[in-house]
Amino acid sequence: MAEIKCVELCKTYRQGDAIIKALDHVSLDIEQGAFICLSGPSGSGKTTLLNMIGGLDALDSGEISIDGQRVDLLEKGALADLRLHHIGFVFQSYNLIPVLSARENVEFVMQVQGVPAAERRRKSMAILEEVGLKDMEGRRPSQLSGGQQQRVAVARAIVSQPKLVLADEPTANLDSVSAKHLMELFVELNQNHRVTFLISTHDERVMRYAQRLVRMRDGKVVSDEIQISD
Amino acid sequence: MAWRNLWRHSRRTWLTVTAMVFSNVLLVFMIALQFGTYDMMIENTLKAFSGHLQVQAEGYQDNPKLRTSIPAVTALVDELQRALPEAEVAGRAAAFALASSEQRSFGIQLIGAQPGVEPHVSSIPNLVRRGRYLERDDVAEIVLGSVMARNLKADVGSEITLLGSGRDGSFAAGIVTVVGVFESGSSDMDRSFAEVPLAWFQDTFTMGDHGNSIAIALGDLAEVPAAVQSAKSVIGPREGLVVVDWNTLHPGLRQAIQADLSSGWFMYGVLIILVAFSVLNTQLMSVMERTREFGVISALGIRPRRLAALVLLETALMALIGLALGLCLGWLVSLYFSINGFSYPGMEEVAARYSLPGAMYPSITVGTMLLGPIVVFGFCLLAALYPALRLYRLRPVAAMRAA
Amino acid sequence: MATGHGLSLTAVSQLSWRNLWRNQRRTIIMLLAIAVGVWAMIFMTALMRGMVDQMIEDGIDALPGYVQLHHPDYRDDPNVENSLPPPGPELLVALGSPPVEAWARRVKVPAMASSERNNRAVMLLGVDPQPEIAVGFDPSSIVAGRFLEGPNDPGLVVGRKLLERLETDLGKRIVIMSQGPNNSIADRGFRIVGVFEGKLSAQEENLVYAAIGTTQELLGMGEQISEIAVKGGDYRDASALYAWVEQAAGGQYEVLPWTKLDTYLGLMLGVMDGFVLVWVVVIFMALSFGLVNTLMMAVFERVREFGLMQALGMKPASILYQVLLEALMLLILGLLLGNVMAVASIMPLRDGIDLSIVAEGIEMMGASSTLYPALKPKDLVMANTVVIVLGILTSLLPAWRASRYRPVEAIAKT
Repeated sequence: MAEIKCVELCKTYRQGDAIIKALDHVSLDIEQGAFICLSGPSGSGKTTLLNMIGGLDALDSGEISIDGQRVDLLEKGALADLRLHHIGFVFQSYNLIPVLSARENVEFVMQVQGVPAAERRRKSMAILEEVGLKDMEGRRPSQLSGGQQQRVAVARAIVSQPKLVLADEPTANLDSVSAKHLMELFVELNQNHRVTFLISTHDERVMRYAQRLVRMRDGKVVSDEIQISD
Repeated sequence: MAWRNLWRHSRRTWLTVTAMVFSNVLLVFMIALQFGTYDMMIENTLKAFSGHLQVQAEGYQDNPKLRTSIPAVTALVDELQRALPEAEVAGRAAAFALASSEQRSFGIQLIGAQPGVEPHVSSIPNLVRRGRYLERDDVAEIVLGSVMARNLKADVGSEITLLGSGRDGSFAAGIVTVVGVFESGSSDMDRSFAEVPLAWFQDTFTMGDHGNSIAIALGDLAEVPAAVQSAKSVIGPREGLVVVDWNTLHPGLRQAIQADLSSGWFMYGVLIILVAFSVLNTQLMSVMERTREFGVISALGIRPRRLAALVLLETALMALIGLALGLCLGWLVSLYFSINGFSYPGMEEVAARYSLPGAMYPSITVGTMLLGPIVVFGFCLLAALYPALRLYRLRPVAAMRAA
Repeated sequence: MATGHGLSLTAVSQLSWRNLWRNQRRTIIMLLAIAVGVWAMIFMTALMRGMVDQMIEDGIDALPGYVQLHHPDYRDDPNVENSLPPPGPELLVALGSPPVEAWARRVKVPAMASSERNNRAVMLLGVDPQPEIAVGFDPSSIVAGRFLEGPNDPGLVVGRKLLERLETDLGKRIVIMSQGPNNSIADRGFRIVGVFEGKLSAQEENLVYAAIGTTQELLGMGEQISEIAVKGGDYRDASALYAWVEQAAGGQYEVLPWTKLDTYLGLMLGVMDGFVLVWVVVIFMALSFGLVNTLMMAVFERVREFGLMQALGMKPASILYQVLLEALMLLILGLLLGNVMAVASIMPLRDGIDLSIVAEGIEMMGASSTLYPALKPKDLVMANTVVIVLGILTSLLPAWRASRYRPVEAIAKT
């Protein structure tokens, strides 16, 4: 569970001759256990925002705090620690390490954390069961479907008990059925494990699952609504 | 298009090209050095004493005896000189003799030489360090090697008594004065060699007008076969005389070169194979990466043969750059050393052994320069055959589906 | 070993190993290239070593000995004047104890050999047969008749070429003439009791063996000798032997190790070491381009993955190790294969490669016409070490670059 405060975040990129304002004075508060969708067209800044919160990129100006700790002030090593222990990532694609099996992928973060082998195995098998992929634990990513790969990614994101899961367009490469299953999984995990979910997407179907929908455009937040999900 | 494909991954292309350049430079330089050294080795050995070919009495080469002689040797020398105007011809006689100075006696190889022409055929007269070489034909003078002089405790001005057997088996004796001491760099020669005028030799050893060998020195090794023919025709009608060329005179020389060449080829071969591997890998990867692209192109109707040709062309272009750069650099390096000489620590001793100067000079000819790079080029194309073949057998649909 | 913020060594190794085999064809080609390179390094080195070692050993046997003692003026003037009394008690003791393994006293003077038909300049060697064999004379080189049988044997042993040149034969008599003290000429007839074949034809033409006692008598030398040849230990480093003999010898002797007696041979040893190193490095450099290329390609393909790992909290150093380990594994596998190939190809040649086609040429260089490859541990170690060390250095660049990818950029390459 994490309480996230973003204050006046600014970030500009230079692409060739053009200057792009990825984040233009974005302020956002995220409460613990929330399930939030960031939506907007490409270039709206949602990926940048996720990267900032996740400590993957540096702000030009502004503040981000997670549970009171100023993320924007951390240096690289501490950011890596933050990502390691407190944040889970699910990307649009290439989430998994191709040479590791599903279970090994799930165990990866725990390995880096230094969790002993027996405990790692126990936890990873448990989470794989939870996402419904217990029988696939030995398969390599190339042997799994797109939807299955994403589920493994989620399992990995959750298993080390992070405070926060950041998902960047996780359903973009999935067919409708798999997308639906994935989102239901997200919701379930959010409720069972009380982990804060922040999901960026431009898929309308995904947005319907959100408790709170934050729309962005051109680096600015244009609307912020509580939804009742069905 | 082949050209542009190359530069899509410029680092990779450059690395492969650098591998080619590296091996090319090495090959160019080493081959030039090898051949330069061989040329020098042969020239120096032949120039030292034996000449490029000799006329001898039959059987002399295998069993050199005073009795196995050439009649009217000086007349024959003149005849040969006329038939070979560009060459240098000198007649000699040789015998074993006991040389005694005031304090020491030694067995030596005594050579009777013609003072007028010998300096043109052999380098020894020009290596006289103290005193002078022989000048007149009929004086009792001798020139010694430096080690022999030391062993005999003799120097310029000393008197040496020579004892031996004449051609007819009679006792041969004479007293000569040392007029010069030579230093050839080869301790064997400096220890066992001495020269006296031919006329004096013939007189003392009852040779009459006979000699034992006629040495012919040419400007270039390439002239040898023609000279052999000419010499043969001159001596043709006479019985018992043969022409021997430098291979017979120094059988070890050609073989030593062959042995060295073989070991050289082995080393070069390894280098070339390794570069070929590099090319193979690079081109294979390049092809595999573009499988989908090639699939599309193929589906559009381009024939497989052209695709394969594309890969070969790319490789050829790379190899050409490698060849050009390697050739230039290699040429520059060889040029530098051909002026300044190439040597490594310890070389001087080695050089003295094989009558080489203290440094090696690469021989820059079209052959030496191009040989290495061209072979590399060939092998690189060969290496590209496998990827090209894969491309040839490409199936468009499967290719396009490849991730 | 869990480090908390990096993967354990086993985990990284697992990643490295599996990634190595991700693109089998590429890895196998690179492996083969390394193996061929390593094979060439070792094979060629063994051949060269074999040739040079043989050359040096034959040369030393021809001297003979690892250390020699002479009258200070002897080498300039090899006359009986410059001979020495036999070793005194102190020297005798030293010569009888380690590191000395064998020693022989010899008389060695220039002489003339005359048969009925011919004369030749030779080197007359007055030797004591048993010690002479101990310091280097090879009894199996006798091809007809016998060697000398004791220090006072009246017979003569000559080389086959000399026999031919003198047009004489086993059992016949020839006259040996040399310079005695006070410049007198001493000569005597000897019967040829044995014929030897030397490794170098120069030896066959030049050397004539007589018994030391007989020679001393012929030359009126009494008990004097020309030189003492000493052998012991490893010829590659004769310094201990040299020091031992020198300190016992006293000022009347000139003591020299073989490296100074035949400077050419002495240099050969060092020069060969240099050649071997140069050869190994050159081969490695030819390989290195392919190695860097392969690694670069492997790294480039996995940019997203590296970004992902860093996003998941792995430190960049772990990525560096991962790539380095991958390179190391490749190198080790290639080394293993190359070493095995080298040993497998050298073993069958153990009995020597016949070089008689180029026999005379080889002799010109001072080697004998059968080439025995010599696989020395030190050369093996050197080749393997160079490959690993240089290999790791070469791999540092791609590995470092891999760890420098910033997660954002890497992931953005989706």
